[in-house]
Amino acid sequence: MSKWLDPITTAWNGVITHKLRSFLTILGIVIGVSAVITLMSVGRGTTASILSTIENIGSDLITISPGSFTFGGVRGGVSQTLTMGDAEAISEQVPNISAVAPSYSSNLQLVVGGENMNSQVTGTTPEYQDINNLEIASGIFFSEQDYQRGSKVAVIGSNIAETLFGEVSPVGQQIRMGGIIARVIGVLESRESMMMMGSSNDALYIPLTAMQQAVAQPRTPQGARVVSSIALTVSDEEQADSVVEEITELLRTRHKLGPVADDDFRIISIEEISSTISEVTGTMTLLLGAIAAISLLVGGIGVMNIMLVSVLERTREIGIRKALGARERDIWGQFLIEAAFLSFAGGIIGVIAGWGISFFIDSMGIMTTLVTPDIVLLAVSVSVGIGLFFGFYPAWNASRLNPIEALRSE
Amino acid sequence: MIKLENITKTYPMGKRELTVLSGVNLHIKQGELVAIMGPSGSGKSTILNLIGCLDKPTSGQYYLEDREVSSLNGGELAQVRGKKIGFIFQTFNLLPRLSALANVELGMRYVGGSDRKKAAEALERVGLGERANHRPTELSGGEQQRVAIARALVKNPPLLLADEPTGNLDSKSGEGIISMLTSLHAEQGITLVMITHDANIAHHCQRIIHLKDGQIVTEETV
Repeated sequence: MSKWLDPITTAWNGVITHKLRSFLTILGIVIGVSAVITLMSVGRGTTASILSTIENIGSDLITISPGSFTFGGVRGGVSQTLTMGDAEAISEQVPNISAVAPSYSSNLQLVVGGENMNSQVTGTTPEYQDINNLEIASGIFFSEQDYQRGSKVAVIGSNIAETLFGEVSPVGQQIRMGGIIARVIGVLESRESMMMMGSSNDALYIPLTAMQQAVAQPRTPQGARVVSSIALTVSDEEQADSVVEEITELLRTRHKLGPVADDDFRIISIEEISSTISEVTGTMTLLLGAIAAISLLVGGIGVMNIMLVSVLERTREIGIRKALGARERDIWGQFLIEAAFLSFAGGIIGVIAGWGISFFIDSMGIMTTLVTPDIVLLAVSVSVGIGLFFGFYPAWNASRLNPIEALRSE
Repeated sequence: MIKLENITKTYPMGKRELTVLSGVNLHIKQGELVAIMGPSGSGKSTILNLIGCLDKPTSGQYYLEDREVSSLNGGELAQVRGKKIGFIFQTFNLLPRLSALANVELGMRYVGGSDRKKAAEALERVGLGERANHRPTELSGGEQQRVAIARALVKNPPLLLADEPTGNLDSKSGEGIISMLTSLHAEQGITLVMITHDANIAHHCQRIIHLKDGQIVTEETV
């Protein structure tokens, strides 16, 4: 039994003999490990919170918007290439789609009594609510019936409600926009916005049929009604890629684009955006970890430094042990275990400290953090690895000492 | 027990070589008590280090219990040291941070593992059972050397090597150590090779070997 215990007690004695020195060495590793854990948890937490915001919008969402067109080698601005007909065709011909909502948006002045503001007014179909996961705070969203009849009813975002109505409940109030006066029937729940997606907090939704009364909806040269975007949801997220492909195929055919022509529309799927974001934030997290790992490296050099000093100090002890029958590997093992012990202790304490710091950052609301098991595992194994790596050379030095010279040293 | 045949040992000294031993032949039988004497620089310590497997000869053969050990590698030599040889040094060479008992235990550490009970018995035998938990700095020189003897004996080696065991002691403690060693030799039949400057101590031995300039000049039987 003691054959296994002896090397460990020897290493332990080495550590506790110089308490302050061991403490400082361990502290170096603690700082490194806790820095890695804290920074990586910040990276992971940020990723998670961005992704959950995206999930909020709906990971099954696909948006089609008119793209730039090329004309005689000149790239034009935003074109009017998407039509109501395209939306109907997608709805009828592309499988695995659960809902389609075409919309036409225009920037209009909203007037309520003396208050007025400019806002993006979107005419769309009732399906738009489900497709975009819009939550109603008070009132209702407009119905299929409202759409069929061209009812002048509006659903407004929380910012608009606040600006135009202040304390007054907006439901039942009237807003003038373009050529119509619409009655507010619902207010949307405020939600976190994503920069690139535009926010529903600043939007106003009315039935597309009412929109046509408020402003003139443009037509293509062929006479089809133009839409600003088509939103749709896939019934199976797994099929998102193939749905995107089929819509591309369908629209290219409908728009009579030749095989070399660029698409005159853009298809953005949330699925794609979130995977791009995951990739970017994953790289960012790794980068943060790598920066923190530099301090871990410095801690490792501290371990090596201390072990070299320790070997030098104990030269005579090594000579005595060798005279008593210690082989090279016994001496080597003794110092390596000691180095590994220092860095492992540093790793464990560092995990606890790092966890504490990221919990603190999170609970203070400074940033969202997320400590995952793989980060902890990584930090601990890296710290032990560092101990073994940086302990190797001093231990090897110790084991190679000539016993006669070692015994003679002071 | 020990058979040295035409042993030479040279050390590189810059571009030249320093010859410490030149053609030493020596036989020591099992159970013999031998003293090695000679002026400093005569090669006494080198011979003892070679016999103790701490060093290897430059040429020649060394048989320990009929086994050729001069050609063994470092690890094998360490095993031979651990199992066969107990060392007693002039400066005691105890580990200062360990208790007397732990120091004795260290004698078994690399040959089968520590055994507290055996270590305590060995301390009893050298008359230090009551001082087991004292550190070397809390012991007198004579006591420290007795701890060292217990450490050397705890694994029951057939061969004990002592390099001026009384060199750092006053004459009274020195006599105590010598009588302890001679009685160990008498009672247990252990082979004992000892370096000494002191002719009185040498005359406790059965044979005295005189070294000069790396060669055996005379051997006298007491």
